[in-house]
Amino acid sequence: MKVLRYLALSVAAVVFLLPFYLIVRNGLATEAEITARDWRFFPDQPHWENFGELFGDPAVPILRSVLNSTVVAVLQTAGQLLLCSLAGYGLARIPYRHADKVFYAVLATLMIPAAVTFVPTFVVVSALGWVSDLRGLVIPGLFSGFTAFLFRQYFRTFPRELEEAARIDGLGHWGTYWRIVVPNSRGFFAALGVIAFMTSWNQFLWPLVIAQDQGSWTVQVALSVFLTAQSINVHELFLAAAVSITPLVVVFLVLQRFLVRGVVESGIKE
Amino acid sequence: MRRSDTRAFWLFVGPFAVGLLAFVYVPIGWSAALSFFDARNTVTPTDFVGLANYADMLTDGPFLRSLGTFSAFALFIVPTTFVLSLGLALLVNRITVMQAFFRSVFFLPAACSYVVASLVWKLSIFNGVRYGLANTVLGWFGVDPIAWVGSTDPPWYWVVLVTLRLWLQLGFYLILFIAGLQRIPKHLYEAAWIDGAKPGWQTLRYITLPQLRTTSVAVLLLNLIAAYQAFDEFYNVLGTAQGYPPFARPPLVYLYYTSLGSGEQDFGHGGAGAVLLALVIAAVTLVQGKAITR
Repeated sequence: MKVLRYLALSVAAVVFLLPFYLIVRNGLATEAEITARDWRFFPDQPHWENFGELFGDPAVPILRSVLNSTVVAVLQTAGQLLLCSLAGYGLARIPYRHADKVFYAVLATLMIPAAVTFVPTFVVVSALGWVSDLRGLVIPGLFSGFTAFLFRQYFRTFPRELEEAARIDGLGHWGTYWRIVVPNSRGFFAALGVIAFMTSWNQFLWPLVIAQDQGSWTVQVALSVFLTAQSINVHELFLAAAVSITPLVVVFLVLQRFLVRGVVESGIKE
Repeated sequence: MRRSDTRAFWLFVGPFAVGLLAFVYVPIGWSAALSFFDARNTVTPTDFVGLANYADMLTDGPFLRSLGTFSAFALFIVPTTFVLSLGLALLVNRITVMQAFFRSVFFLPAACSYVVASLVWKLSIFNGVRYGLANTVLGWFGVDPIAWVGSTDPPWYWVVLVTLRLWLQLGFYLILFIAGLQRIPKHLYEAAWIDGAKPGWQTLRYITLPQLRTTSVAVLLLNLIAAYQAFDEFYNVLGTAQGYPPFARPPLVYLYYTSLGSGEQDFGHGGAGAVLLALVIAAVTLVQGKAITR
């Protein structure tokens, strides 16, 4: 029984890892090896020179698009954590007569499926003149009602004694938040931050809509353009894909416990 | 409650609230307004058409067909994802050695974007010619190469799209299920064992599944909403530089091409379609939520 269990899991594991292997295999193969009639699992040797070809190809802005994705993901993660945690803390802890009404206005946005709003948001962003612009890529994604909601729920469980001690020491709301609450909530921030970073890096529909000039493409848009147009060597495309997932695989392996916590917090507590 | 508290509240919540207003409430209101106008290539239309855009969308074959197709897609993908992720979670949860390793392996695809997965599925695994991996393996058994993406009869492209989505999202739900399984108190199983319940099917049926109720509801709802909002892998697997084929068109792909994608930008019909899609998702979610929490 035990052996069967491990056997089943091992077979499943190979299937799950296979696509990652194919990305690397094809990225380091020659065009002839990819399209050979007798497909072989292991080509003779890795062609490291493919890297030079990819990065030196003026028609494929891979480095530029990776840079764009990095800037967008970092700004979006930091901005979302700051804005949503401030809002969540205010809603959870600062007494205000109309706080409930504000909270319901945030809650109502959770009923609206995110992807349905891409057309309306495009209308607003184009009216602001932010098409093919970093502001258009980053700013609309900062105001996540869901993240603010999760922060509010979390801060409601934050030990009041710590906050009261801070108050006695003469700290105001800001001082309490910044010096006591945030440093004692690092794990929660990390959990939501890892999710925000991965979501931002992998998002496709919004950048596709907004990043219309080649200079503003994120890496997902760049890959998609070359995939749907089939205007590139296959091995170059796979190597670009390998480059695009490397940062996330590193984040995944290093910060996995925060990621797991983030998934559980945002999945179940809805 | 002091005046300084009111000021502090708005210092904390204000920036977020302004953004929410500008990038969620205003767009939705604006778009809902546009849905009552003839808004071709303009976002400040003057030609009020009443419910004509809605009537068009509801009599318009492609939009209704895409809603129908994706209801069928949801009916298939939601239970399949549920059973497979729960099954894997039960397996992973039962082992002791290398548990973290297997969990990481199944979760790893969550780090991959739908665009990259589409690339692997379309160009490597399900490539229509002989050198695709699937056709190579089938070739060992004497099966002729199949045009996975290009063939519409039978619609093999569903195999491509469904396996892709399963691979990418199973790990996410697996994590939710494992977290749920680990919250089940051990003494329930011990009590059941003393009462003579056989480990395996009986404990699964009478302890594990009822205890996983909250997790199961979350998994089903998240998965259902995600199915109706499919876009990335469909656009990348089936789309070409010439556009998107007339079949297997997700509602969002349809809205994308109506409002933004090609030539004319029709925000009136796009807005009406967005409102209708939001209503469908809300309705289906409510019905499903009612059905399982009852």
